[in-house]
Amino acid sequence: MTQASLVSAPPWGRRRVLPGLGLSLGFTVFYLSVIVLIPMAALFIRAFEPGLDGLWRAIATPRVAAALKLSFGMAALAAVIDSIFGFVIAWVLVRYRFPGRRLLGAVIDLPFALPTAVAGIALSTLYAPNGWLGMPLAEHGIRVAYTPWGVLVAMTFIGLPFTVRTLEPVLGEFGRDLEEAAATLGATRLQTIRKVILPLLAPAILTGGAMAFARAVGEYGSIIFIAGNLPAISEIAPLLIVTKLEQYDYAGAAAIGATMLIAAFAVLLALNGLQIWMGKRR
Amino acid sequence: MSLIVDSITKQFGRFAALNGVSFTAPQGGFISLLGPSGSGKTTLLRILGGLEFADGGSVRFADLNWLDMPARTRNAGFVFQHYALFRHMTVAQNIAFGLQVRPRNRRPSRADIRSRIAELLQLVQLPGLESRYPSQLSGGQRQRVALARALAIDPRMLLLDEPFGALDAKVRKELRADLRRIHDHAGVTTVFVTHDQEEAFAVADLVAVMKDGRIEQFGTPPEVRRAPGTAFVREFLSQ
Amino acid sequence: MSRTALTLPTDDPLWLKLLLGLAAIAFVGLMLILPLALVFQQALAEGLTAAWDAITTSNGLAAIRLSLIAAAIAVPLNTLFGISAAWAIAKFDFPGRTALVSLIDLPFSVSPVIAGLIYVLVFGMQGWLGPALAEHDIHILFALPGIVLATIFVTFPFVARELIPLMTDQGREEEEAAISLGASGLSTFVRVTLPNIKWGLLYGVLLCNARALGEFGAVSVLSGHIQGQTNTMPLHVELLYNNYDYVGAFAVSALLALLALVTLALKSLLEWRYADALAAIHRH
Repeated sequence: MTQASLVSAPPWGRRRVLPGLGLSLGFTVFYLSVIVLIPMAALFIRAFEPGLDGLWRAIATPRVAAALKLSFGMAALAAVIDSIFGFVIAWVLVRYRFPGRRLLGAVIDLPFALPTAVAGIALSTLYAPNGWLGMPLAEHGIRVAYTPWGVLVAMTFIGLPFTVRTLEPVLGEFGRDLEEAAATLGATRLQTIRKVILPLLAPAILTGGAMAFARAVGEYGSIIFIAGNLPAISEIAPLLIVTKLEQYDYAGAAAIGATMLIAAFAVLLALNGLQIWMGKRR
Repeated sequence: MSLIVDSITKQFGRFAALNGVSFTAPQGGFISLLGPSGSGKTTLLRILGGLEFADGGSVRFADLNWLDMPARTRNAGFVFQHYALFRHMTVAQNIAFGLQVRPRNRRPSRADIRSRIAELLQLVQLPGLESRYPSQLSGGQRQRVALARALAIDPRMLLLDEPFGALDAKVRKELRADLRRIHDHAGVTTVFVTHDQEEAFAVADLVAVMKDGRIEQFGTPPEVRRAPGTAFVREFLSQ
Repeated sequence: MSRTALTLPTDDPLWLKLLLGLAAIAFVGLMLILPLALVFQQALAEGLTAAWDAITTSNGLAAIRLSLIAAAIAVPLNTLFGISAAWAIAKFDFPGRTALVSLIDLPFSVSPVIAGLIYVLVFGMQGWLGPALAEHDIHILFALPGIVLATIFVTFPFVARELIPLMTDQGREEEEAAISLGASGLSTFVRVTLPNIKWGLLYGVLLCNARALGEFGAVSVLSGHIQGQTNTMPLHVELLYNNYDYVGAFAVSALLALLALVTLALKSLLEWRYADALAAIHRH
């Protein structure tokens, strides 16, 4: 039996048994640089070109501020709604048995799989004043389409799979003996849910909510049809970026883009920190 | 006030876990359910704890129709094989849990709870560990906390499901002795499931040797050892 | 005996089950199913032939062609990337490994519009390479290359994210055994690794493809929205909708929705098959 060479030419000077690190890592880093790193660098370089105060001036206008507030504010609200209903849906999917459970589980991924433009025109038509849902709502004086509430509806749609899918495996692994212990100690079902189950699920709920938030903040296609897109009222930040690009205001567009990324990163960092603090005791 | 178990049956699908189990034990007794896996001993224990429903039969204890009560009103402390400690709570919070979920009119004051926790930790020989988290404790320590937690509610009955199964031999012996001591001190009726006959015989007043959902023999350890009732009991004891 | 009125400690009382069950079904029905149903209802509002005609206009067919071409380029490239990245990350240890994994997850936290924006900043007329490209008459923006780039950006994590945990889980032992038996690197990969990862690979490719065909925001920024030339299917939907051609817009949407449903079905199927394969690996 011929012994093949067991080592390959390594980039870091360490001998390795399996071959191909150089090639695979090299290609990976090259690909990432071309597709991600260099273009992203362009964004930040362009955004900070006029300096920190230049950047600030670009985004401190009423229109930009309103757009950022709308995108971030509604995304947070949508994340909360998705967390609550995501918990309920995950609970029902994991703990209850009923005909059609599998189907319900599969449908949850629809916002993942459906193109955002399709979702956009569907939601817009649904909630328009003459739409299936828009009409009954209008009779009660509630207008959804072409208002900021349309933004909320679209963001809630897009974020739901994240909360459900994050909670499902955690709920699935939950040990029944903890609930049994609580019951033998005298807790009612609601007390058990409140004091034992929810605290242990809190990190997963937070993670799911954070993912839904991140997705909703940047969402474009499913929102622009239902939103109304009135500047300073129902215009989301991504749409404002597109508008600026169409006006060849590259610097302005880059400023908003960079701000969105930095703000989103800060929020996620804070949520991560919260999770670590919560998890430190386990 | 004895514990009267009468003709308990339980099916899981087509599998008959319990085939008519009966025994009587005095109040304050220490009973061991002994047998191989599949004998139904854990199922019987869980029925006594309200974690499973029996299909037939009855249990009378403390003048109550035991099986008609939901788990949380039975006041039966349950100790699980893998401790089932609430890992997001400290040792103190775990032990206090049963006292804090009581309705306001029956809940002790904070000071009372604190002193009770200290008392119980003394009893299980873990003084001073109130603010630790379960992840910071060894297996033996966790089981002591689980025991303290079950005792905190002043249980009428104490149920233990192979509580020392996940621990090594030396720790088992220590905990076994401590359990007997605590039982004698508190005088609480205790039912203890194990597959280890040395353990059962060392610690219990009464032993129920079980097989295939039935009690093969029920008596004091010396009685059972002296006169094994069936071939199975003889074989099981000789291992 | 009131035994039947009791519930086990790990069971919810009936009223809670009904409440939560109905809430879950109502929410899903309202938020997810209703919009989907609307798409098909609107598409077929004037009959099946009208819908078919709307899809098969020359612009419609051009959009379908463009979408398919973009996916046909992006998906294989991203698959290659995914395999490459997973091989490096799963089978080796090196400094910066965790940073690399986080970097791969980046597109998921970036708005699709920003994904398009960054390429405009590099290739646009006011961008870094814009003037140079214009001199050589190379069109990236508002042409196929730009569309492909945007598609690649938003879909490249899918294959990698499936393969990295899978290959990490499977460890290096089988590959090391193959090497010690004299196999070359490529041979090891094809004969040992590939069969082990085939379901995960298929799953990743499926998700990658679905997203590639459906991407809107990023492509919208980089396309010229030129009918018949630089409109993918989602962009074509937008065009029809903005021109009040609702039947047309929803007909093309229905096609995309059918694709989404097929993707979901295949996804469920693979999750079921794939779970078996994963379990089998753990059993060895």
